Amino acid sequence: MADLTGLYQEVILDHSKRPRNFRVLDDATARAEGYNPLCGDRLTLYVRLEGDKISDIAFKGSGCAISTASASILTETLKGKTRVEAEALFETFHDLVTGKLGARDNLGKLAVFSGVSEFPARVKCATLSWHTLKSVLAGDTAPATTETEDAEDQAAR
Amino acid sequence: MATAVTQEVLGRMEPPPVNAAQAFDVERVRRDFPILHQQVHGKPLVYLDNAATSQKPLVVVDAERDFYLHDCANIHRGVHELSERATHKYEEVRRKVQHLLNAPDLHEIVFLRGTTEALNLVANTFGRRVLKPGDEVVITAMEHHSNIVPWQILRDEQGIVLKVAPINDAGELMWDEYQNLLGPRTRLVSVAHVSNVLGTINPLRRIVEAAHAQNIPVLVDGAQAAPHLPIDVQSIDCDFYTFSSHKIFGPTGVGALYGKTRWLEALPPYQGGGDMIRSVSFEKTIYNALPYKFEAGTPNIGATIGLGAAIDYVTALGYENMARHEHDLLSYGAERLLEIPGLRIIGTAREKASVISFVVAGIHPHDIGTILDHEGVAIRTGHHCAEPLMHRFNVPATARVSLAFYNTREEIDRLVAAVEKAKGLLG
Repeated sequence: MADLTGLYQEVILDHSKRPRNFRVLDDATARAEGYNPLCGDRLTLYVRLEGDKISDIAFKGSGCAISTASASILTETLKGKTRVEAEALFETFHDLVTGKLGARDNLGKLAVFSGVSEFPARVKCATLSWHTLKSVLAGDTAPATTETEDAEDQAAR
Repeated sequence: MATAVTQEVLGRMEPPPVNAAQAFDVERVRRDFPILHQQVHGKPLVYLDNAATSQKPLVVVDAERDFYLHDCANIHRGVHELSERATHKYEEVRRKVQHLLNAPDLHEIVFLRGTTEALNLVANTFGRRVLKPGDEVVITAMEHHSNIVPWQILRDEQGIVLKVAPINDAGELMWDEYQNLLGPRTRLVSVAHVSNVLGTINPLRRIVEAAHAQNIPVLVDGAQAAPHLPIDVQSIDCDFYTFSSHKIFGPTGVGALYGKTRWLEALPPYQGGGDMIRSVSFEKTIYNALPYKFEAGTPNIGATIGLGAAIDYVTALGYENMARHEHDLLSYGAERLLEIPGLRIIGTAREKASVISFVVAGIHPHDIGTILDHEGVAIRTGHHCAEPLMHRFNVPATARVSLAFYNTREEIDRLVAAVEKAKGLLG
């Protein structure tokens, strides 16, 4: 049985109630919108890239506890990381919340999201900000969406 | 083998449902629904997502099963015994739907996949036969996506104009604004009988009267009404009415469209195929008579037979008895939920069916949904396929409790305790 406290861990609750880097980044070099039509979560992610490095990152928006905490921890994790490192973390995070990866030591704060894989209906909440990050890095102008699952993904649930 | 099957079926038979004259005995009714008696996350299931789909009494499951065990054949085709039995059973359900809706004629009942397909059928055929660029279709701000998107497709492809009648803060149609939208270019009004999010019961007779005064036909989406209200299409005088089996305690995959004869005759076929034709040659095809003109291909025969059993079931139970019990639950539920500080109910129409949408300050509906699920309480969270309505009330989503006659006051108490728990955890 999926454990509710495994989903709503203290760190997640803390970040959802007091999200970090929750502001408009005036000197952002790139920004992207993320929207989860299923639950109405919306966020804007702001990134300042200096060369290949994320020198600052912030977000604004409204969403559930999981998506807000995920965006908050994403900004903390990625500040100072390079583009390549950020893209690698996207893959790691995606594998973590879809249960393809067990909680590991080197995940840092991201490990608190390991419980999400027990709640298939909530995976998209956790990944919204990460999909938005991908858009920012790719320079996409269309809003990022978590609605990228195909029939194979649905069947695998 | 046949004997074993018969005994098994007989052995599982429940006493017949209570008749209308008897007092409503919810515990007895609940015994007709095996699915309700299970644990979810270690807690007894409280199913409060009936507006998404309702649960099925055993008589419905048995009716569909019996069809596949004993009578399975295609309809309207074979001369053999099984085909005749299947055809007879299938057509008997058409008669039941006719009685349920009080439709004047049997051929005015078309079987389709459900309400969505019915709305698409009218949009498509009415669009092809009647609508010209610049013609207007009026809907309301409380429509389900299935009564918005088919008209938008026509707007984008044929240049019709879609007009949306506004609603007030209680979730009621704004009458003067609605009337003012009806004009010389209005060709159709398409409106929900009951809102799936707000529970609002629309004043259909007045809506139809105002439209008919200007010779405008009215299509009614009855998906959320059929499980709660007796429907009389002659008294409403609407031109089309549609509902889905799965919301009225029948199987998924079938629904019905009622249309006045003159409209069904005037409209072209929706899909081409078998059963909808009288004769085919490569030069010319003659379409079948009503309602078969609109029923191309092999339908969902088993589900339709299950729908027949569902109609028998609710008819025996009596809409009046169901409504009395649901109304008690609705007022009790609203009263108990409003005791929770920070909780706001969206949709407070004076005429309301048993739906309660709510938001809790500081807690996203999705989190409420997950925590309630862990307490065994199933509700719907999100935009409920009515995104424009979410914008109207300026909320990203709501939590929605939708009640059926098999729900109890104890279940409302479980719901309230679970929402309190969510507040404790996340508030």
